[in-house]
Amino acid sequence: MTQANGKKVEQISEVTVMFAGDSGDGMQLTGTQFSDTTAIVGNDLSTLPDYPAEIRAPAGTLYGVSGFQLHFSSKDVHTPGDSPDVLVAMNPAALKVNLKNLKPSAVIIVNSDAFDPKNLKTARYESNPLEDDTLTGHKVFQVPITSLTSNALKDTNLSTKEVQRSKNFFALGLMYWLFNRPLEPTLKWIESKFSKTPQFIDANTKALKSGYYFGEQTELFTTRYTVEPAELPKGIYRNVSGNEAIALGFVAASELCGLPLFLGSYPITPASEILHFLSGYKNFGVKTFQAEDEIAGIASAVGASFGGSLAITTTSGPGMALKTEAMGLAVMTELPLVIINIQRGGPSTGLPTKTEQADLFQAIFGRNGEAPIPVLAASTPSDCFYMSIEAAKIALKYMTPVILLSDGYIANGSEPWRVPRVSELPTFKKEFFTDAETFQPYMRDENLSRPWAVPGTPGLEHRIGGLEKAHITGNVSYDPDNHDFMVRMRANKVKKIQQDLPNLEIDGDKEGELLVLGWGGTFGAITEAVDLARNNGLNVSQAHLKYLNPLPQNTEQVLRGFKKILIPELNLGQLARVLRGEFLIDFESFTKIKGLPFKSSEVYNKISELLGGSNGK
Amino acid sequence: MANNENIEIKKLTAKDFATDQDVRWCPGCGDYSILAQVQRSFPDIGVPKEKITWISGIGCSSRFPYYMNTYGMHGIHGRAAAIATGLKIARPDLSVWVATGDGDMLSIGGNHFIHTCRKNVDLKILLFNNRIYGLTKGQYSPTSEKGKVTKSTPYGSVDYPFNPVTLALGAEATFVARTIDREPKHMQEMIKRAAEHKGTAFIEIFQNCNIFNDGAFSLLTEKDTKEDHLLYLEHGKPMVFGKEKNKGIKIEGFTPIIIDLNDGEHTVDDVIVHDEFDHSAARTFMLAHLSDNPEMPTPIGIFRQILKPTYNEGIDEQIKRITEKKGKGDLEKVLFSGNTWEVN
Repeated sequence: MTQANGKKVEQISEVTVMFAGDSGDGMQLTGTQFSDTTAIVGNDLSTLPDYPAEIRAPAGTLYGVSGFQLHFSSKDVHTPGDSPDVLVAMNPAALKVNLKNLKPSAVIIVNSDAFDPKNLKTARYESNPLEDDTLTGHKVFQVPITSLTSNALKDTNLSTKEVQRSKNFFALGLMYWLFNRPLEPTLKWIESKFSKTPQFIDANTKALKSGYYFGEQTELFTTRYTVEPAELPKGIYRNVSGNEAIALGFVAASELCGLPLFLGSYPITPASEILHFLSGYKNFGVKTFQAEDEIAGIASAVGASFGGSLAITTTSGPGMALKTEAMGLAVMTELPLVIINIQRGGPSTGLPTKTEQADLFQAIFGRNGEAPIPVLAASTPSDCFYMSIEAAKIALKYMTPVILLSDGYIANGSEPWRVPRVSELPTFKKEFFTDAETFQPYMRDENLSRPWAVPGTPGLEHRIGGLEKAHITGNVSYDPDNHDFMVRMRANKVKKIQQDLPNLEIDGDKEGELLVLGWGGTFGAITEAVDLARNNGLNVSQAHLKYLNPLPQNTEQVLRGFKKILIPELNLGQLARVLRGEFLIDFESFTKIKGLPFKSSEVYNKISELLGGSNGK
Repeated sequence: MANNENIEIKKLTAKDFATDQDVRWCPGCGDYSILAQVQRSFPDIGVPKEKITWISGIGCSSRFPYYMNTYGMHGIHGRAAAIATGLKIARPDLSVWVATGDGDMLSIGGNHFIHTCRKNVDLKILLFNNRIYGLTKGQYSPTSEKGKVTKSTPYGSVDYPFNPVTLALGAEATFVARTIDREPKHMQEMIKRAAEHKGTAFIEIFQNCNIFNDGAFSLLTEKDTKEDHLLYLEHGKPMVFGKEKNKGIKIEGFTPIIIDLNDGEHTVDDVIVHDEFDHSAARTFMLAHLSDNPEMPTPIGIFRQILKPTYNEGIDEQIKRITEKKGKGDLEKVLFSGNTWEVN
């Protein structure tokens, strides 16, 4: 198809785009805007923001490069894409960092103005890659984005620095033209975002439109692309990141159980956003407490739980370590509490802005004494919503702390989410215990759960604490038999949660040569790899664990159906070791600890290697 | 139908606040007096016992909640203030009390203590200060005097102690008081005053550990010495002390000095008058540091009591204001907010 201006329109089914620039270039914003617009035109998509730990690293440096990768398609999308088809590089460093990861013959759009001697040197380029053979094989478009933006904004009264801040909108406009997307959603966003500074509405609008018209008019680009809408289930959609989904999940859980939500938290990457989101929901009665440290974050949540709130605390690995003792207190006092760990690269401070799944052992085992805590893991950004509700439900029903694991990848990544109606969500109204005649703090119901009698209830005054409790009365007890009994009681209670868990589902044949078993945020990469394997005629099944402690009842039965089980994990094989210990089954552990998610090709290659040329049938 | 004439509100007694648990402090421990004074004063604070919650950390003092027939939680080491803060934010209707010790609150829990004071969370904190670690059997504490010989410092400690009152004042606590286990009436008065205060109320209680640090406060508790070493702070009254009530505190420049009221040169008019409500903390700090000088008496009573909105009120006020502005949250509306689109 050729348009009136002589440009070709090529229809493609999927594309992966990477926006990259300095950490102050606004690449996250550009990527988010492009994602929102892409979602609105009906593509399925998945995103991966990748930014440095430094807020504003020195300009032009390799370590200061901030990127936003986006995969969109007319088909189902499960990952942000292994390798970009299109790179927008705002400076030489952004080009250098991303070049090795591009598809062969990728489209590279560079801000040619930024390729000056100083930036080239900072990016450690000995010669200009736009002039030598560095980019051979790629389709390179040199666009002087800086000067075109300045030119477009020359009639505004903005300073040079302010004008430069608009150049990401020029790049965005150009990409909208290239992929045939409407400008309206971003124009609307600009208007509301800068409503207090009209000069920026004007500037950013101009820059955005100039970028778009540049694409249309320049002879540089001869082709533009369209990606048809994906066939998604009917409904109203929105983009959601994992962290936003967790915040919404707990606001929903609070409404569904009828208890006020309390969050005690200390800022930590990559979990802080949950605190940000929840602190905005004041009109839901949500109380957020930015505590003096991680310990106070969870300790305050224990206090709020004692008082009858749906209490949660959010953190990442290092904060998790600090919260350990208070988790034990919640185990001993048998109070409902959800501890949310957005895993990041460890140990110690590790890789704060990168993803990893290495806190599974910590979640299952990381406390002094026999301190069983149910562990759940969300698998995609939107799944964070449902798993938050699940975590709250289990915590309240069984009067127990629950750990909900997410990771930096699904926390920051986003995907279209078919928004559920409230009527589609479970209700789990929680009643406090009020009967003074029969009350004993550590009596138990059929689920081994103890009664929740909150302060303010006359006649039920009682004391709880971290010392071992006597069965039923809850008095302090040093009796050896009682301790043995209570340790087993707490373990059995957590084990009993199994009765409520959905079975582990198998996607594909129930028995066969190979099962790929995952947990948490690797779901997308595994799914895409398994799909690809099947398309290539391989017979492989897939299962994904969302409940890690206790495990779904049918877990062993599922595992026994396969000759080989591949467990891809972003750690050194923690789930494989847990399952080996539990079932004495051996696993093929496939591990990667680079602070990056799996590429589906990596998982695919492992699948095909394991099937060793057989098709698995 | 109930006969209204037979219903009378029975005033609680000290006994109503006792539990069926055996009190397990060492015989002779100052904690017994604190428990007794709390139980004696609580019927007067006008709060039904189901609305009272005691939160503690770890240590001898922290067993306190088990002996109070109210709601209570024996927490983990150092974290009582943080647990209590969460409870008070979630349940502003409760009267939340913290029982803690010098190790629990000033060492491992130091961070929570200063931030609770700074935020003015409406908690009542009773610090049982015996200047020693009791439950771990006798190591020096952050309030032990320099040179303290203990199991962990056989050649004497080389660090300097905290003065809990100056620490609380420095952290902007809005009610700061001190009392002594051997001054039952005074302690009851302090407890009741703390109960009335809105905001963080901190009471340091000098408490004798007769096993590991016996006599730490004997100068202030023994008949023959206490009157010359104790200064009772009373609002609006001149700071006079001594067996003969003949000594007074005078401020010269920025320095407090002791004057003799019988020397013919000075009168009680030269003596400074205590003002609990003084917003300037300068004089209060001077008072709190008074006992740094061994010649000077140790003040007990209320050092400072000022009013400012509490943290928990701030949270509630904001929720109220935003809810009035935005309307009560509608879950479905929030779920469907932002950029949405429809797939048909």
